[in-house]
Amino acid sequence: MSSRIDAAVQRDLYDQMVLIRTYEEAILREYHADKKPAFDIGAGLIPGEMHLAAGQEPVAAGVCAHLSRGDAVTATHRPHHFAIAHGVDLNRMTAEIFGRVDGLGRGRGGHMHLFDPDAHFSCSGIIAEGYPPAAGQALAFKKRGTDRVAVAVTGEGAANQGAFHETLNLAALWKLPVIFVVEDNDWGISVPRSASTSVANNAERAAAYGIPGVRVEDNAVEAVHEAAREAVERARNGGGPTLIEVHTLRLWGHFEGDAQGYRADLEGVPGKDPIPTYEAALREAGILDDAAVAITRRAASDTVESAIAFAKASPEPDPSTVRDYVFA
Amino acid sequence: MSIDTTQQPATEGDPAEQPAAAPATKRLNTAKAMVEAIAREMERDEDVFVLGEDVGAYGGIFSSTTGLLDRFGPERVMDTPISETGFIGAAIGAATEGMRPIVELMFVDFFGVCMDQIYNHMAKIHFESGGNVKVPMVLMTAVGGGYSDGAQHSQCLWGTFAHLPGMKVVVPSNPADAAGLMTAAIRDDNPVVFMFHKGIQGLPWMAKNKRSIGPVPTGDHVVEIGKAATARPGSDVTVVTLSLSVHHALDVAEELAADGTADVEVIDLRSIVPLDTEAIIESVTRTGHLVIVDEDYQSFGLSGEIAARIAEHDPTILKAPISRVAVPDVPIPYARPLEYTALPTPARIKEAIIGQVAPA
Repeated sequence: MSSRIDAAVQRDLYDQMVLIRTYEEAILREYHADKKPAFDIGAGLIPGEMHLAAGQEPVAAGVCAHLSRGDAVTATHRPHHFAIAHGVDLNRMTAEIFGRVDGLGRGRGGHMHLFDPDAHFSCSGIIAEGYPPAAGQALAFKKRGTDRVAVAVTGEGAANQGAFHETLNLAALWKLPVIFVVEDNDWGISVPRSASTSVANNAERAAAYGIPGVRVEDNAVEAVHEAAREAVERARNGGGPTLIEVHTLRLWGHFEGDAQGYRADLEGVPGKDPIPTYEAALREAGILDDAAVAITRRAASDTVESAIAFAKASPEPDPSTVRDYVFA
Repeated sequence: MSIDTTQQPATEGDPAEQPAAAPATKRLNTAKAMVEAIAREMERDEDVFVLGEDVGAYGGIFSSTTGLLDRFGPERVMDTPISETGFIGAAIGAATEGMRPIVELMFVDFFGVCMDQIYNHMAKIHFESGGNVKVPMVLMTAVGGGYSDGAQHSQCLWGTFAHLPGMKVVVPSNPADAAGLMTAAIRDDNPVVFMFHKGIQGLPWMAKNKRSIGPVPTGDHVVEIGKAATARPGSDVTVVTLSLSVHHALDVAEELAADGTADVEVIDLRSIVPLDTEAIIESVTRTGHLVIVDEDYQSFGLSGEIAARIAEHDPTILKAPISRVAVPDVPIPYARPLEYTALPTPARIKEAIIGQVAPA
């Protein structure tokens, strides 16, 4: 356990991870609640594909701890953890996931298409394609003479896409204030990294663009926090982009309904859950005790259940508005 | 019906009633007209900037940005790597932050390497965000063939873009419209695809085209996106077309008027999203005859859409079946005799018009 990080920050990282996990567990519950006995992806209060980020909380918590209002995040098809850690309006995000009029996109987007302009948060369901717009946001920040930064998130499978490499080159060339984050959860749906990627880790690829590349092992939230601190500082000071790859964990399936029959490591997965591990460490360090844990969990549960209730109370969109918002 | 006259302006002595003086104009080619419009908007609005391949020192391969680098510097006229996904995506991100980028895709044919950013991001973000995020940008791109550039550098493809919801598509045919539509596109809060035909630019290294030079208003000049123009009024046959084909249609119309064959009305669509259906229907209702001239592929495209809209409105306004003069469903060939068989040439347009007016 690093001692360079102070206890208040450790507590915040823990709280953030618990909030994210509580949220994902609640969405999991609501998603499956009315898909029994037969699973029908299009049925129920939350229809459609659902990619949950349980196990990947350390990445979002560690990175977003350094961001302020005004900094941008572009996330992936698995966006909830970064949305929560970056302060997206949880009520409106949840209403969007439920497809309701009070949702961030008034029910037009869904869980892979969350846009909160107040938080400068967006995500895209297309692998690696959130990278180029993040560079553009960073370009706008730079042109306007601000010290704001953009964080672009992808999974390790995206690091083989053209958009990933084009954006690294462009951002390095123009010294844009971007932090490129790669969440390596070992699996591109069913294909392991060893079968998709020619290099041992994607942080090595930063060298091809002349920018710093950092690999964080073991899903370690404090190591993510430290790597992101340096990267954000560099970006704010005009030092250009950094690539950070975090070896994280996909605790659940690629999407809900994924039986993960392909997954040889399945048995060992629960033992790698980063939250109990971090909680134990903080207990040992005297930062957490039963009472503190209970407070954190209760606060997270209240926040999440209130967001779920907000979503359920919001009306569904009026079918007569189907053509709205195509154009401004 | 009662009319509230209290809001009407006075009629006597109202300056609006006086014949307006013709606006000051200067003669420019289309490329220069585009550049002037961009420069004017860059002067007016700091958030406007240009990026793309060879838009700086070269001035745009088809002269769409000539001189802008000298006037505005490299911070606002940015050469990019050959990396269309990267830099078009960057334009999108900058637009979502409130800037107004003009990004050039050198040839529209190159959309294959960057279409995800265009149709899944540029065109959908406003919708997916429920109207909360605007993407005010111009994607300008060169289209068209006729100079043996082969199948990957000669297409128009506007029907492909128009098919996908969320982007306006403008296609000027002359210098004044190019300037006015560019100004409107830059000021628009939506993504606008601005498709200029290489053959209307007035480039010194292509076939000379007298219609590529014309008067352009020197003051603030905006052409509303979504309004067709009557390029030539006529009473016998309506030719609905756009871009370089407007020039050919006008040439043919003049020839057929001179020899007394037909009085041809030429409708220049100017934009296809939105499409000015009303203007098309109004004209065809008068003439009863329709020829659609489209330099894009024939099937599943603009010409079929226009036919469908007439059929949905009232097919009985037609006195004869419509004629389509488009690119048959083949890639644009390289060899000149083949290319000029595929393109909607004046000869093909003339034949179609004569077919409409000839007694059955």
